[in-house]
Amino acid sequence: RFVGSLGTIVIKCKDLRIIQLDIPGMEECLNIASSIEALSTLDSVTLMYPFFYRPMFEVLEDGWSSFLLEQEFEHLSSVTNEWRLSCVNKDFSVCPSYPPVVIVPKSIDDEALRKVALFRYGGRFPVLSYYHKKNGMAMLRSSQPLTGTNGRRCKEDEKLINATLRSGRRGFVIDTRPLNVAQQARAKGGGFEQEVHYPQWRRIHKYIERFHILQESFIKLVEACNDQSHNMDRWLSKLEASNWLTHIKELLTAACLAAQCIDREGASVLVHGSEGTDSTLQVTSLAQIILDPRCRTIRGFEALVVREWLQAGHPFQQRCAQSAYSNSKQKWEAPVFLLFLECVWQIHRQFPCSFEFNEHFLILLFEHAYASQFGTFLGNNESERAKLKLPQKTMSLWSWVNRPEELSRFQNPIYEANSLVIWPSVAPQSLQLWEGIFLRWNRPSRFLEEAEEERINIIKYNKELQAKVNVLRRQLAEMETDGEVQEE
Amino acid sequence: MEHIRMPKVENVRLLDRLSSRRAVVGTLYLTATHVIFVENGSETRKETWVLHSQISSIEKQATTATGCPLLIRCKNFQVIHLVIPQERDCHDVYISLIRLARPVKYEELYCFSFNPKLDKEEREQGWKLVDLNEEYNRMGVPNNYWQISDVNRDYGVCDSYPTEVYVPKSATAHIIVGSSKFRSRRRFPALSYYCKGNNASICRSSQPLSGFSARCLEDEQMLQAIRKANPGSDFIYVVDTRPKLNAMANRAAGKGYENEDNYSNIKFQFIGIENIHVMRNSLQKMLEVCELKSPSMSDFLWGLENSGWLKHIKAIMDAGIFIAKAVAEEGVSVLVHCSDGWDRTAQVCSVASLLLDPYYRTLKGFMVLIEKDWVSFGHKFNHRYGNLDGDPKEISPVIDQFIECVWQLMEQFPCAFEFNERFLIHIQHHIYSCQFGNFLCNSQKERRELKIKERTYSLWAHLWKNRADYLNPLYRSDHSQTQGTLHPQIAPCNFLYKFWSGMYNRFEKGLHPRQSVTDYLMAVKEETQQLEEELEVLQERLANLQKSQSGNNKVKSKQQDRSKQFGLYTSNNSLANTPQEYSSDLKSFPSRSPSQGDEDSALILTQDNLKSSDPDLSANSDQESGVEDLSCRSPSGGGCLPSEDSGKDSDEAVFLAG
Repeated sequence: RFVGSLGTIVIKCKDLRIIQLDIPGMEECLNIASSIEALSTLDSVTLMYPFFYRPMFEVLEDGWSSFLLEQEFEHLSSVTNEWRLSCVNKDFSVCPSYPPVVIVPKSIDDEALRKVALFRYGGRFPVLSYYHKKNGMAMLRSSQPLTGTNGRRCKEDEKLINATLRSGRRGFVIDTRPLNVAQQARAKGGGFEQEVHYPQWRRIHKYIERFHILQESFIKLVEACNDQSHNMDRWLSKLEASNWLTHIKELLTAACLAAQCIDREGASVLVHGSEGTDSTLQVTSLAQIILDPRCRTIRGFEALVVREWLQAGHPFQQRCAQSAYSNSKQKWEAPVFLLFLECVWQIHRQFPCSFEFNEHFLILLFEHAYASQFGTFLGNNESERAKLKLPQKTMSLWSWVNRPEELSRFQNPIYEANSLVIWPSVAPQSLQLWEGIFLRWNRPSRFLEEAEEERINIIKYNKELQAKVNVLRRQLAEMETDGEVQEE
Repeated sequence: MEHIRMPKVENVRLLDRLSSRRAVVGTLYLTATHVIFVENGSETRKETWVLHSQISSIEKQATTATGCPLLIRCKNFQVIHLVIPQERDCHDVYISLIRLARPVKYEELYCFSFNPKLDKEEREQGWKLVDLNEEYNRMGVPNNYWQISDVNRDYGVCDSYPTEVYVPKSATAHIIVGSSKFRSRRRFPALSYYCKGNNASICRSSQPLSGFSARCLEDEQMLQAIRKANPGSDFIYVVDTRPKLNAMANRAAGKGYENEDNYSNIKFQFIGIENIHVMRNSLQKMLEVCELKSPSMSDFLWGLENSGWLKHIKAIMDAGIFIAKAVAEEGVSVLVHCSDGWDRTAQVCSVASLLLDPYYRTLKGFMVLIEKDWVSFGHKFNHRYGNLDGDPKEISPVIDQFIECVWQLMEQFPCAFEFNERFLIHIQHHIYSCQFGNFLCNSQKERRELKIKERTYSLWAHLWKNRADYLNPLYRSDHSQTQGTLHPQIAPCNFLYKFWSGMYNRFEKGLHPRQSVTDYLMAVKEETQQLEEELEVLQERLANLQKSQSGNNKVKSKQQDRSKQFGLYTSNNSLANTPQEYSSDLKSFPSRSPSQGDEDSALILTQDNLKSSDPDLSANSDQESGVEDLSCRSPSGGGCLPSEDSGKDSDEAVFLAG
């Protein structure tokens, strides 16, 4: 996006950077501007950079096949046999936004799944999102049930989610809409799980904002951050007016609630909103960050993003098309994924030693979700990716990121595996603006980078010494035994 | 003690602010120096100690069915909410505390009874740790331009100034005395900081008694002398830290500011920092925001903005940055004043010094800085921090604001300071605690009369002794950030000023990051040091062995200590905590597993060393060693809310309460 005048081009980037170029010559300037304009608003996916990008590095591991659901299932089967892999969606006919394979309760057959799919919006029947090994509780996600005004029910749907409950125990449905919105949805054929038909489930409405509200909030916040005035008051009121941190707080609270139901209440949880492709995924993925130490490793976090966002059908192409500087109103644009990343950052800030990755890793994912030379975030779901033949025609972000030389940049020097559940504080005093994203281009960062370097050096030096000491110890031990042998 | 009507009350409930259900029952004791709450419960018997001098207000609320609530707010931002079963007991406690919290004589203060079991010599050594003469020598004075003046040796010229002040060489006693008569409370211009590199200096004074037209030849000569002491520059800045309107209003009372026409070669500048009353109200408003029960994000941000607190912090910083720039970049000397020259002037001079001179960013240097700009130049500690019962309108968080400015700088320059956040928090605590004599009284004169150095101990020695707790692991004396002047960005950097929850929500550990990077890195560094030592030992042994090839004497490896060390910081990482109240919807849900394995709360049980107040900060003589300062130092201490140690299943309901 650009504003051209008198030989000056201002390029406002999706990563929130603003570049100003002064170009001698009015004509050249206009030509360049219109070229940039055209090239930055291609309509066809296949003309985009990932289709032309030729990697300059050696691919050690193909990222397209790094995170298959089959592997995840293998991991799951080692602790429980209550679940199975279903290929009911192998040609994307049951649910166009689901991946070809999903994990469902063992007792539910594919025929039943087909029926449930008809009862859920967009065919998004309840599938396993997370299994809490500690107590065997499960987190499911889906879209809203299509109960309509006359209270339709679906026996298979009830059976499916009841199959995740232990006998005599109840579960929670976390609906990310307020009650009145859920009620209104019935008029359009949607709805929610009614107590009469789901007596073992208790419904909680935990409202999370969506779509254009989030996008407006995003735009306002970025404006506030770029405000050049000197007035302290204006800054805080603008920050407040953007409501961004309110969304962060609400989202974290909902995720904590889901995690609490599973870990503390020992209950299974079903999460959904309307479509089950946005707020639902925010909640399920954040709950896993809180509950599952694996998700706090680099590899585990990548797997989480693949499983809960890409394969789960978050429409990246629609949501991450323009970022915050867009003039044109994009109906589907919304910083849903960015909000998720920021929530992870907030938890990271409160538990700085419990994550294997650092802030740069989160920023990297933000950048690549909006613009990338890799095909990973193209398309809106697995079905579209298959049609575009992305795995064959483009490079995966993971192929690049998971090479040792790249990985080292994203490692948190003070990481120490923490096997516990980590409960973040959601009080306003505990939440901060994510400067690494929003003030990245207009704050002095040198001193912070130096501090980061210092942290790395402290740890590195410690490890080096440790290695040296170990070598010497071994040498000494060997020499001592040699000496003893000689004496004998 | 005669003021204690009720030395002990049983079955008192201590409420948790975040959750009404998370209350603990215990016994309340009133002693001559402390309020002590001891939890019932066999294993932990957690104690909360609060010094009387920390109490800022006591509020008795309407009696309810469960008892009579008593709210104690402390100057270190702790809020203690008690419920006492009997109304009469509550009243007695209330009346006693009202009196105990407001001593009328210095002798009632804790520092006169506090005895850390040091002998006389150690006490004297402690007081010698910070030596201002040494400090002025370090700065490079006396020299060709500056000399020490004994004009105030018996506090004859200015009773709120120290006996020894540095003035320009060309300023005769006649000029000084003349100038002092033309300044509020006779606080004549004196040296605060001298920049060896370019001869520029920061001087401080009070406002001139200029009214609408008065002038004073000696005062004009004094400013000339300051300019002449910096031969490289042909003018000086005179910075009035007040808003212009306030300064003009002062003229009507025969005070005011320098007229550029009367003084040759000055550039006059207003920097609008508000007065102590505005600051007091601003803090009050911000604390109200901090005290809100589960505020929304908007409540919080709106309240924070409305308090104006960060705006005031920024104003002080801007003034400091202006002066530091004038001195370092323009090489121009600056005279700073406000009204009396003991509040805003102290803030601004010390911020500027801190920016200019890396020495003040070290542990020792920071103590020196407070001693120089605050203690010696007569900042009215007693009045501002209400040590003795006095006029509430005199109370204002002046030095708190300076301490926050330092914290804000630490956030921007993480490697530039030798000390850490905890150091600042503990200094703030002790300014109010009156456990040490450093901050007693309103001036050096009063302190000498009270014989503070003979009768009390010095905080600086205490902090120095425990300096390992206060180090910033990222500090390296050879790092670029520790050299020269700091240049904070001024332009559009409002967002750089952040709310300091570590201070203002200090006692609500649940709000803070659960793992401390500082503690982690300090532990690593300590281990590194041990490794270095071991490496040396091993290399030596290896060399010996290679030489003789017969060294079979088994030297015990240090491995054991090392693994212990390791334990220290891995435990830091296995921090556990419990969820907050995320929803009120859960409570009516009946089916809950009663026998739930709670590994994380089980861990909390081992972390019961958490004290709700800094025991080291509140310990009395016989409690000294028993109540070590664990809450701040122990890396695991920060991890759990004060009342979470009892992680039993029956407490589970707490997280679901509405």
